[in-house]
Parts: sequence; C-alpha cells; structure tokens
Amino acid sequence: MDYATSDMGVPPLERSRERGSTPLGATADQGFKIVVVGGFGVGKTTLVRSVSEIRPLNTEETMTQAGEAIDDIAQVRGKSATTVAFDFGRITLDARNVLYLFGAPGQERFWFLWDRLFTGTLGAVVLVDTRRIDDSWYAIDRLEHHGTPFIVACNDFGGPVRAGGDVREALDLDPHVPLVDCDARSRESGKQVLITLVQHVKNRYADPSARAGLPRQEFV
Amino acid sequence: MSGPGRNRPGRDDAPDRLYTITQGRSRSDPDNPFDLVTLVVAESEPTAGMQSEHVAILKLAQSPTSVVEIAAELRLPVSITKVLLSDLLAAGRISARHPRRPAITDPDILEQVLVGLRNL
Ligand SMILES: Nc1nc2c(ncn2[C@@H]2O[C@H](COP(=O)(O)OP(=O)(O)O)[C@@H](O)[C@H]2O)c(=O)[nH]1
Ligand SMILES: [Mg+2]
Repeated sequence: MDYATSDMGVPPLERSRERGSTPLGATADQGFKIVVVGGFGVGKTTLVRSVSEIRPLNTEETMTQAGEAIDDIAQVRGKSATTVAFDFGRITLDARNVLYLFGAPGQERFWFLWDRLFTGTLGAVVLVDTRRIDDSWYAIDRLEHHGTPFIVACNDFGGPVRAGGDVREALDLDPHVPLVDCDARSRESGKQVLITLVQHVKNRYADPSARAGLPRQEFV
Repeated sequence: MSGPGRNRPGRDDAPDRLYTITQGRSRSDPDNPFDLVTLVVAESEPTAGMQSEHVAILKLAQSPTSVVEIAAELRLPVSITKVLLSDLLAAGRISARHPRRPAITDPDILEQVLVGLRNL
C-alpha cells in the first residue's frame, strides 16, 4: 500500500484529544525510570497499573532482526524490521521529580533494546512467578551484565508458598539482593516493592566501599 | 485500549507511512539526545501548514510531557518520535528537560524519590 500523506487512520490531532492522562505540573524537570522485568503473565502490567497515576499506556520500539534499534528510515523500509512493545505508568513524586515505571518482557530479543531504552535506569524489579521460576534466570543474568541494580519480587498467585531461601537458591541470587513477596494487584504492595528497590539502590550508592566493588552502570 | 481495527502505525507493515512522517530523513542515535523520560515542553503554538504530528506534539507538550508518553499518544515507535522531536528542537519550537544521569546514584536525590513513594 502506498500512503500519500501521513494522515492515514486517526489523525494525530484527533488522537491527542483522547489523551487520558493528567498533565504534569509546569515545574517537573527530572524523569526517572524503573523497569519491571519478567516473563509473560507474571503480573508486570498489573503491578504498573496498581501504582500508576495514569492508565498504563503502551508503546513500542522498532529494531532490525539483528537487534539494532531503528532510527534510520531506510531500515524501516527494509523487510527486516520488527517491534518490541512495552507498557508504562507514571508516578509524580514531587513538584520536580516524576517516576516512570516500565513493564518489559524478559525475552531474549528484548535485551537488544535495553541500552537504547533503559540506559540510566534507576533500578529494576524482577517479577517472579514461583511456579515458573526458571523464566527469571535470563533477566537476572542480563541485569547483572548491565550493572543495573535490582530486587526480586515474588508475585503471589496463590500457589504453594516457597520459602525465601528456597527461591534465593533456585535463582542463585546474591545475598545482598533483596527478595520480597508481593501482590501485584495491590497498590500498597506495589508501593512497598518500589520502596524496597529505591532503598536498595540508595544503600548501594551511600556505601562507598560497596560502590567501589560493584559494577557501574554505563552511561551512554 | 488496544483492539481489533485500532490503527498502530509502526507496529504493522506501514513503513511507507513512517517514511512520510519523517520525510525520509534518518538520524543516527548519537545525534539524538532524547531519553524515554526526557520531559518535552512546547515553546510555541502550532502554526498553519505545520505537519500534523508536529502539531500534535506541540499540543501535548503544553505542560511537560515525556518522550514515551508522546510516542504512546501519537502511536508511533519511540525512534520515529525522537526524529520528530529533534526537528522541533532544532526549530526552537520545544525545549527538552533531559534526565540528569548522576541523579540515579545520588543518595540525596534517591531520598527524595523515597519520600515521594512513601507519600503515595
Ligand atoms: N492471583 C493473582 N493474579 C495476578 C496477580 N498479578 C497479576 N495477576 C493476574 O495474572 C494475569 C497476568 O497479569 P499481567 O499483569 O497481564 O501479566 P504481564 O504479562 O506480566 O503483564 C492477569 O490476569 C492478572 O489479573 C497476583 O498478584 N495474584
Ligand atoms: Mg503485560
């Protein structure tokens, strides 16, 4: 199909009137990112929705089969383009600081886009369904590789309760990485998960010896 | 929100539409300063004859609006949205409040984040 104009479908003007979210205050000037990573159906979108002040929005990034994000239109025109979708929510922290929470699929192809999308991420929550614990190994490995601080949150799906030590061992988790239980449907529980993460990140950077010994996030 | 019949430019095989939106220009990543959470603020009103995507961005960004929200509202891939934003920035029609990277390792600023979360 050959589009003569860029106005196929709903014109952006019309779309912008449908905007569902409340605008930020005029003084907002610092955006933070936290990424929730986990396998399909583990509760990422549910957690984002629980704590977000806007209904979760969905967006995507385009990349080549080789895994490079696309900003060259010639590549989009080629046949090798594919897209990775992710959803996000927003939390206004105060007059200047605003936190964006991203739900990101843990699959391998997604990690090609990590640098592009999530460089400068404050930290990550690895969301785990204890009935499918193996799904999380890859995400933990990648986060360690990228030097992104993270915690692990076990989402309660009402399955048999596994002891924390059991889960820690199954995930081969470092002793310093916090491991918490959560119910992604609960705002209070989601809030506690985020507090645990930020406290963990703060402790890490407040302690100069820990700082020296830990991998540094690369800033591009 | 998503559903059958919803137009998702960029997701489906509509590269020609994306080509038109950006007028075929490409931009290599190091040149593009925009982060997903860069807050964009419109510095001018839309004018007659302006590209519809540029108009939509200027209307959305009347108050600070993140790149990722703009991409979601316009239903365009993030990378294409960044090309559009670069044009507007170069033309002086928007300003950009980029995230300050050292903030994420600054214990004082992380404490501000914690206070904000506890107050939720
Ligand atoms: N019992 C229970 N169900 C949950 C919980 N979190 C999410 N779910 C359900 O699990 C399903 C998948 O959740 P979703 O957030 O879409 O997963 P995602 O694929 O990781 O985004 C949905 O039907 C949710 O309602 C939880 O904490 N407990
Ligand atoms: Mg989801």
